[in-house]
Amino acid sequence: MTNMDSSEPGSLDQVKHVVLVLSGKGGVGKSTITTELALALRHSGHKVGILDVDLCGPSIPRMLSVGKPEVHQCDAGWVPVYADPQQQLALMSIGFLMEDPDEAVVWRGPKKTALIGQFVSDVAWGELDVLLVDTPPGTSDEHLAVLENLRKHKVDGAVLVTTPQAVSTGDVRREITFCKKTDVKILGIVENMSGFVCPHCSECSNIFSKGGGEELAKLTGSVFLGSVPLDPLLTASLEEGRDFLQAFPQSSTYTAISDIAKTLLSSLES
Amino acid sequence: MADVPSDAPEHCPGTSSDQAGKSSACQGCPNQNICASGAAKAPDPAIEEIRQKMTSVKHKILVLSGKGGVGKSTFSAHLSHALASDDSTEVALLDVDICGPSIPKMMGLEGEQVHQSGSGWSPVYVEDNLAVMSIGFLLSSPDDAVIWRGPKKNGMIKQFLRDVDWGEVDYLIVDTPPGTSDEHLSIVQYLSGAGIDGAVIITTPQVKTQNTHPCSIKSIFHIFVT
Repeated sequence: MTNMDSSEPGSLDQVKHVVLVLSGKGGVGKSTITTELALALRHSGHKVGILDVDLCGPSIPRMLSVGKPEVHQCDAGWVPVYADPQQQLALMSIGFLMEDPDEAVVWRGPKKTALIGQFVSDVAWGELDVLLVDTPPGTSDEHLAVLENLRKHKVDGAVLVTTPQAVSTGDVRREITFCKKTDVKILGIVENMSGFVCPHCSECSNIFSKGGGEELAKLTGSVFLGSVPLDPLLTASLEEGRDFLQAFPQSSTYTAISDIAKTLLSSLES
Repeated sequence: MADVPSDAPEHCPGTSSDQAGKSSACQGCPNQNICASGAAKAPDPAIEEIRQKMTSVKHKILVLSGKGGVGKSTFSAHLSHALASDDSTEVALLDVDICGPSIPKMMGLEGEQVHQSGSGWSPVYVEDNLAVMSIGFLLSSPDDAVIWRGPKKNGMIKQFLRDVDWGEVDYLIVDTPPGTSDEHLSIVQYLSGAGIDGAVIITTPQVKTQNTHPCSIKSIFHIFVT
C-alpha cells in the first residue's frame, strides 16, 4: 500500500482524474460501461479505481469477480479491494459496507445521503490515474451527496450513458441539465446496447432503435464518445465476472470499448 | 423504520420512535418538545385525506422492480391500455418516477399540460376511460431536470394522491422508479389508509442479477411490512 502524503483521511490528492458515470435512466449499462472502461484503461497500463455508490445495485463486485470481501480501515480511511493481483484496479463498493448481504435496503434520502457522504470521502485510494464513480439512475439524493463530497477534490467531468431509444435519451437530456446546473463538465455520451449482431448470420438488428446517442450529442453540443453493441459474449462475461477484454480481444465490442477509453483518456489529459 | 430528519442531532432515535424527545441525544434539539409530546408520531393527516379521495378508486396496483431498465413503465403503459380496452372500465395511470418520468412519452402525451379546477388537478386523458398523471406534465421543457431530495419528492407524491381529480376509477396503476427508496415508501405510506391491492414485480431473465440485487424482492416485501 502506498504511503499517503496527506494527513486527511480518504484524500484524493494522488488521484489524477475523477470521472462520474451518469445516466438519467436505469438499466442502460452504467455499471457495465464503468467496468469495461476501467478494464480498458488498466489494460493500457493505467492505475484505475472504481467507486460504486449505487446502494440499490452494487453489481460491480460481481462483474469483477471480487464477491463480498471484508473491508478494512487504515489511518487513511477504507482500504479498497483489488480486482487484480498486480493491484492496478482498485474497487470500493457501498455493498461492501452493508453488514448482511441479504439486508433489505429500504432507505429514505437522508440516510442514503449520510452513508454516501461518509463513504465517498473516506476511501484511501493512494495513487490512481483515473477514478471512475458509478452512480444509480436519476438526479436525486445520491447524486447530490456524491458531488457535495467530491467537490472538495477535483471532478474532471461526467460520462453519460444512454441506449439508442427516445425513452432513454429523454431521461439523459435531464441528466445533462443536472450536470449544467451542478457545474459538472460533460466529457461525452456513450450509446450502449447499440445494435445486436446475430452470431449466426451476422445481421445487425437495432433492437433498441438507432442513433439516439449521437443525435443527443449533437442536440446538446456534447461529444459523442462512441457506441457499444448489445453483445451476448459481453453479457455472459459480466454475469460470470470474467474480463471480457482479455477473453475476446478480436471482437468489435472490444474495439468499440477501447476506442471510447482512448478518446476519454485523451480528453482528460489535454 | 423511524424517521430521522436530515438536520437531526447525531443518534436521533427517530421522530416515530418510543424514545422520541426523551433520549439523551434529544437534549438541545429544537424539536425535542414536539417529539416528547407525541405530536411528531401522529400519522400524517394526508393519509386520511387520501383515504377519502381514494374511495372512488376500486383497485390500486403498484408496479415495482429493484433494478432499473427492466420494463416497469413499458408494462404499466400496456397494462393500462389493456384494461382500458374494455370501454366500461375506468383506468388511471399514475407515474411516480419523479426524476425520470417515462410515462408521458410512452403514452404519446409529451407536451401535454395539467389543468387545475375547483375539484383539483385534472389528469390527462389519452382515451375517454384512461387518465394519466406524471410530473412530466408539470415540466415546461424536455430538458428540465427534477433535482429534488427525498422530502420534496414525497410531497409531490402526496399531492398526486390527494389533489388529482381521478373521478370514479376501477384500476389505478402506479408506475414507480427503480429501487426501494423514498418514492416507494411514500406511496405505500400515503395509501396505507386507502389500501393497496398489491404489486406486480417486473424482472428480467438474468438470475444472478435479480437474486443478488440488494433492492431485490426481499427489499420490496420489506416496504409493505414496515
